[in-house]
Amino acid sequence: MAEAVREAFGHTLVQLARQNANIVVLDADLASSTRVVYFAQEFPERFFQMGVAEQNMMGVAAGMALMGKIPFVSTFGVFASRRACDQVAISVAHCRMNVKIVGAYSGIVSGNNGATHQAVEDVGIMRAIPHMVVIDPADDVETEQVVRAVVAYDGPVYLRVTRDVWPRVSPEGYNFVLGKAVQVREGKDVTLVGSGMMSSQCVEAAHILFQSGIDARVLHMPTLKPIDVEVIVKAAEETSGIVTAENHNIYGGLGSAVAEVLVEHAPAPMKRVGIQDCYGECGGNAELLCKYGMSPQHIAEAAQSVLQKRNSGC
Amino acid sequence: MSRMYSSALSEQEIYRLERIARRIRCHVVRTISEAGAGHPGGSLSEADILTALYFHVMRVDPQRPDWEDRDRFVLSKGHGAAGLYAILTERGYFSPELLKTFGRINSALQVHPDMHMIPGIEISTGALGQGLSAALGIALAARLDGKTFHVYCLIGDGESQEGQVWEAAEAAAHYKVDNLTVILDYNGVQLMGPVSEIMEVAPVADKWRSFNWAVMEVDGHDMRQIITALETAREVKGKPCIVVAHTVKGKGVSYMEGKSAWHGQPPNEEQLARALADLGCGKAGEAHG
Repeated sequence: MAEAVREAFGHTLVQLARQNANIVVLDADLASSTRVVYFAQEFPERFFQMGVAEQNMMGVAAGMALMGKIPFVSTFGVFASRRACDQVAISVAHCRMNVKIVGAYSGIVSGNNGATHQAVEDVGIMRAIPHMVVIDPADDVETEQVVRAVVAYDGPVYLRVTRDVWPRVSPEGYNFVLGKAVQVREGKDVTLVGSGMMSSQCVEAAHILFQSGIDARVLHMPTLKPIDVEVIVKAAEETSGIVTAENHNIYGGLGSAVAEVLVEHAPAPMKRVGIQDCYGECGGNAELLCKYGMSPQHIAEAAQSVLQKRNSGC
Repeated sequence: MSRMYSSALSEQEIYRLERIARRIRCHVVRTISEAGAGHPGGSLSEADILTALYFHVMRVDPQRPDWEDRDRFVLSKGHGAAGLYAILTERGYFSPELLKTFGRINSALQVHPDMHMIPGIEISTGALGQGLSAALGIALAARLDGKTFHVYCLIGDGESQEGQVWEAAEAAAHYKVDNLTVILDYNGVQLMGPVSEIMEVAPVADKWRSFNWAVMEVDGHDMRQIITALETAREVKGKPCIVVAHTVKGKGVSYMEGKSAWHGQPPNEEQLARALADLGCGKAGEAHG
């Protein structure tokens, strides 16, 4: 039974901290939501409550990294990326500090908090910051592995963590490798590329397409930067088109990253599913995905239109 | 706490430090003039503070810039880089020849300091308001590790308009960080004019007091007062300390003093000559190049 992504994150951090005394956590008064509260309970001396002051929190983390600590800076994705953007860029990224920024409640599925709490541009902001690695895991199993991997990696990382339970896309015996995509489903007609929780929506979309006789490949792209160029080029060469699906604005995130690869290496018909350059609102996850054009049905329709585009020669 | 006046410092030591501070100012005006880039006003106002820190107060070893028990200095007002480079070269971190490359392509001496390019820079700064948070992070981590070194952070008065400075002030007091001392280079002038006209920060000492910091005020060009305050700050327990150093922007160069025009303007050749004359540079041991 899959658990919520934030639970997997919170528990894994505690497990790692038992083995690695350098891990410290900084929180901006959201620990019970982000689940770093588990860390706070077990390691109170390594937990730093920084109050509702994200800019200072980011700079303090940079200073701690100078001292050999591995700071996990935990807040909602909106605040990590927008409120503290300059601190992330200068104190963390420009200085190449070993700081792990964890943007919780990422994307539109942010626990019914509405537009102010829905990070729709965090990937775009973080991807544009030099030296920053950007990761958007799909499910609980992958999140656990990603947290281990970012501790092992020396350098700044932005890790998106969703709040809720999502269907697992991580295959049995899965081993996350930084910068590598995962083929979740084989297919020859069209390729669906997902990141984060949208990869599970891609799997569902593939089932819908199968019923219409379309054999869709599903790629899960947990690392948005550096992106897995090879697997995208292969998909462009072996299938008739590509649909990206992201829990983010269609500008600056997965869709943009994949388009950048295609246009330089293997131009192919493509469509981007995601938030269509707008801010969100309150609502349940399924309702939001449906209203904002991000449901499996929407992904399937995008795939069909990509194939039509190819067939009509337009 | 009130102004600090007395100290057991010898007259010879004060004389030595004042001579070094003059050399720093000579480096500053030459470096900035030759580069045609940089910030003379704030680099001159901070010169005595930097001299007190690097030549009397701080435990550092230029031969081992990464020595883990060294005292740390963070130049939060990163545009004071020319002053920092001058003090580092005088202290022996790198050759004064390097000053001639300041601000040029491929130079290790960026107009705002880059920690990865030159030894002795703890963290890259230049985006105002960020250095104090990093200094606080160093201080908190040091406490966690049982380290006894002290962290110093120099901030500007214009910089104090940044909200992040006050976030950091609040957090440092909350955590009762007493291995951190901030020095405010209170020269009263910023890029576009007097601080009091651009965005008043006064009563700035009261603001820090109300944030539960120990506050001392000194004449930031009186070596004895600066050192006495910095040494007192090191002994304060249970709260962070700030030394509000009343300084003069462009200190030592008659036509620059108190003038916002010299915040970020390099002197030309003729102006440089006047600056060097004002400062009494060019005597033995005070030249580079």
